[in-house]
Parts: sequence; C-alpha cells; structure tokens
Amino acid sequence: MRIAVLVKQVPSVETVKIDENTGTMIRDGVESELNPLDLHAIEAAVRIKESRGKHPTEIVAITMGPPQAKKTATYAIAMGCDRGVLLTDRRFGGADTLATARTLAKFLEKEGPFDLFFAGERATDGETGQVGPAVAELLKLPVFTYVSAIEKLTTDSIRVVRAVEGGHETLEAPLPSFVIPIKEINIPRLCTLDGKIKAKQSEIPTVTADVLDLSEDEMGLKGSPTRVVKITYPKVTRQGKKIKTSDCFEDALTAILEKLEDRNFLEAAR
Amino acid sequence: MSRVGKEVWTLAEVRGGKIHTVSLELLAWGRELADKLDAPLASIVLGSDIKSCAGDLISYGADKVYVIDNSKFENFHSDIVVNSLEKLIDKYMPSILIASATTRGRTIMPLLSARLGCGLTADCTEMSIDPNTKELIQTRPAIGGNVMADIKTIGRHPQMCTVRPKSKRPLAKNEKHEGVVIEESVPQDALDSLLTYIGFEAEGSVGLPLQEAELIVAGGKGMKTGKNFARLNELAELLEGSVGASRAAVDLGWAPYSAQIGLSGKAVTPRMYLAFGISGAVQHIAGTSGSETIIAINSDPEAPIFRVADLSIQGDAMEVLEALIERIKSRKNR
Repeated sequence: MRIAVLVKQVPSVETVKIDENTGTMIRDGVESELNPLDLHAIEAAVRIKESRGKHPTEIVAITMGPPQAKKTATYAIAMGCDRGVLLTDRRFGGADTLATARTLAKFLEKEGPFDLFFAGERATDGETGQVGPAVAELLKLPVFTYVSAIEKLTTDSIRVVRAVEGGHETLEAPLPSFVIPIKEINIPRLCTLDGKIKAKQSEIPTVTADVLDLSEDEMGLKGSPTRVVKITYPKVTRQGKKIKTSDCFEDALTAILEKLEDRNFLEAAR
Repeated sequence: MSRVGKEVWTLAEVRGGKIHTVSLELLAWGRELADKLDAPLASIVLGSDIKSCAGDLISYGADKVYVIDNSKFENFHSDIVVNSLEKLIDKYMPSILIASATTRGRTIMPLLSARLGCGLTADCTEMSIDPNTKELIQTRPAIGGNVMADIKTIGRHPQMCTVRPKSKRPLAKNEKHEGVVIEESVPQDALDSLLTYIGFEAEGSVGLPLQEAELIVAGGKGMKTGKNFARLNELAELLEGSVGASRAAVDLGWAPYSAQIGLSGKAVTPRMYLAFGISGAVQHIAGTSGSETIIAINSDPEAPIFRVADLSIQGDAMEVLEALIERIKSRKNR
C-alpha cells in the first residue's frame, strides 16, 4: 500500500505577535512549523502503516513552498513517514488554492499510483481548507472531508466517519480515496529519537516546475483565478467598559444583564 | 468559459428533508448582489422529495428556483452534487455562485471549482459589487481575522465563494414576491456515486453548531475544573446559546474539540460572545473578532481579551457565572 500525505509549512501560531497599531501578524522573526492540523493527517497514515504489520506500506510526505519548507517534510519523516518531497520553484509563487492544487495533483500523478491520500483540514495561516478537496477532484478521487474516524480499511475500500453539523455520518468508498481528517481523529505522537535520527539522515529531494508537465498559466500567480485586490485593517480594540467585581459585584452583574437585555437575549430566559 | 449569463445563484442546503436557514441567509446576500447587477436571483435546490419546499425560497427573495428532485439526494454524496451542479452551470452559465461555509458547502465548492477551473474564495463575511467593473468583491478575514482581504475572480465564471453562516439575516418572508420553480434533471450517469452512504448518528450536544450560534458561552482555564463546564451548559441553555471553549480548556479535556474556538478550532461570528476565564491568546481572539458584542470575565487585569471586549469584568469567572445563572433563573420565574 502506498500513502501520500500533503503537508504545509505555516508561521507558528504559538509565537505569533500582533502589531498593536495595525492589528496584523508580525511575521518577522516568527518561527515556522508544520501546520498543526496536518499532524493528524500524518498520524492517521502512520497508524495505518503500523496496523498493517509486515505488509509493505510506504508513506510519502509531500510539501510545497520555499526551500526552507524542507523542514516540514523532515518532521513528517521523524513522525514515521518513509520519504519526503519538496515542490519548490519561484514559478509556483503566489499560487492561490486552485493553482496550488494543480501543482500538487500533477506531482501526485507522476509519483503515483497511491492507494490513499491524506491532507490536513486546513492550514492555520490561509485557513481555506480548499486545497485538499481540489487535489482530490483533479485526481478524480472520492473524497471524505471532516473525517473524525477511520472505521475500516481493507486493501480495496475504506469506511470513515465524518463530523458534520448535528452529528456524525458514516460513508464508504473504494480505494484509491482521499481522506481529510479533523483534530478529533487522533492525538499525534511526539517524534522519537530514532525517528529524528532517521529524519536527519533522509534526503529530501526537490521538484521544480520543469519536472512537472505544467504550463506557465496553470501555476503560480499566473495560474491563479483569484486575486487579492485590497487589504484593510479592521480595528481590533474595542473601547469597552471595565468593572472590577471587587469594587462592586452587583454593578458587574447588572452590566452583564443589561448587555444581554439590550441585545434581546433575555427574551429566551422568560 | 466564454459564454457568461447574468444570473446570481445561491446553493440551497437541504438537511433532513428541509431547506436549512443558511439557505435563506444566502438569499439575502444574493438579493443584494442581484439588485446591484440588475440580474435575476436563482437558488439551486438538490434534494429528495423537496419540490413542495422549493417555492418557499421565492418568498425569501429568489426570482427562480432550479430544483432537481431525486431520491439520490436523500443523503449527501459530494460527487453527485458536483456532477449535477456542473451540468446546471454548463446549461445556464451563472455569473456568480455562492454557497454557505458549512461542512457541505466547504466540501462541494472546492471540488466544483477544481472541476470547472474557476477560482474560489473561502469563508467570506462580506460581498459587494465593484461599481465600475461589475465584478464580485469577495471579502474574507485573513491572517486570523486581523486583516480583511478583498478578493476578485479574474476572467473566470461563475465567480464563486463560500459565505460564513450568520453573516447576514434572512429577508423577511414576502409571500408577494414572484418567482418561478424550474424543474431540472440530469443524465443518469451524473447520479452514480463512488461513495456508499452507511448511516447518520445525531449528536446530543447543547444548542446549535458553534458557527451558527447567535450567542456563545465559552470557557477557558479560569473555569478551574472540567466539572464547572456543566455550569456553562446551564447558562447556554437558559440563553438558548451554544457552548465553546478555548484551546487550553480543550487540551485539558474539559471540553470536546468540536467546541474549540480560535485559529486551530472554529472561527465564530455570534451576536453575543461571553468568555468566562479565557485570557484571550492571539489565536483565540482571531477566531472571535467577528462577534458583535463581547463580554469577558477574567481575574487577570492584564488579560488580552479585555482589549477586544465591549464589557470587561475583572473577577472570578465561576463566581460571576454562578450569580448570573441564579439571576437569570429568578427572572424566568418572575
């Protein structure tokens, strides 16, 4: 069985600071990390490999980004993936979700066949959640989004549980399939020392646009049908009233009740 | 695509045999855009035994309703929906297509955009029409809600985006608004799915899904114990709201991940957000900045959440929570 896992490098949300004046993220000096939601995709793939025991399973972690995004693939190997690949090229720059998906799909086609594909729910920087499903569609695969559990996996089919509004639904599809898990699916492992050593010794090959059979207007900014035309900074600070309960508990309580009343939320409580 | 029609389309969402409210919110958006373009507004309904409800969409602003009524739509099969939408789009060439940013909309739209080679903008909180070019301006929060980005679709149709639930209220029902229901069908092969639907299990959580809630009562580390979260449920029930949690509270196992609000959880846009014992890490604030009113209760005078709150209460979260529940209960019994 061959499994592909798509991963992304993002600015580390833990270290992010906000510029008080503009309300924007200060990106300078911010560390990068593997998108936290991708960890669940990697973990799901590694658990499948483990559950298959002696049956051969290969997991390939694929990332796209600047040269330093190599680290992301290395981390995936430390968690238990077998190999990593970095798609990097200036011509990929400025890609929107569709152009990104095209580039990834092209590579997966070349590198395949795979039986199973994984991607994280969304990246914590772009927050679109669109690349995974778009790649699946370009590869004409059945796709499961918002997967909270893999119930059954055989060599030719998969059954998953999806977390949707108001409950969970169970679906099945033949392999190859594309699975997009959510955080609920598992608790990602920490990298072991062995894993880290293996990762350190692993070469991460890079793939450029020349290798992929893509025209200039299919990738990067040129291949992106969406454009950011304007950026505005909404005011984040609100000049709210502040009350200390130690001064007067009753005042604090009244203020909350007044706000609720004012917005018609106390109707429900009648 | 060379041919471009004029129509503005909204994708209605059918859940449990009924048209869900998010579809009416979309119509309110659609109406605004269609009026500015002087174009017809149409809603697409794919459902099973749904014909009788389709007309309702007209009273909420639709000029046309395209319906495909087929038992294949009883459960959600993403591939069948995408196949059918592709056929309809090919036939009518709408200028704009918007869907709700629900688990369904957020699944269907990226698939469709890849199929059509069109662009797609996720999670818009606002939309408008460029007065000069008549293009759709799709506005979404970026970098965790601290920046608003205006996005356009260049040279492709339809212009597509998903729209956050609750970003607009439905129009008042108007029985006099005139429109037509048009029955459509698609070839049999479009209705073949690779997916097999097995079943659905409803969840017994309090209130509406977080992204749809008008009022959210959320708790953080300041709740002190997981047990205290039951009190949040109580307040949420009294106020007919939903319960959310900070990442810290979820990591401590006090609340399920489905309740997590923030960058690595859900972004929410309620009319009222009550934060009990949440200090307000950047990533949490990013997921709540779209709230209309924020009330924060925290014992730390320096808690960052106070900077974004409309009302800040410096004090013990549990003490305030208990007192608030008592007070609201006594009002109820009055």
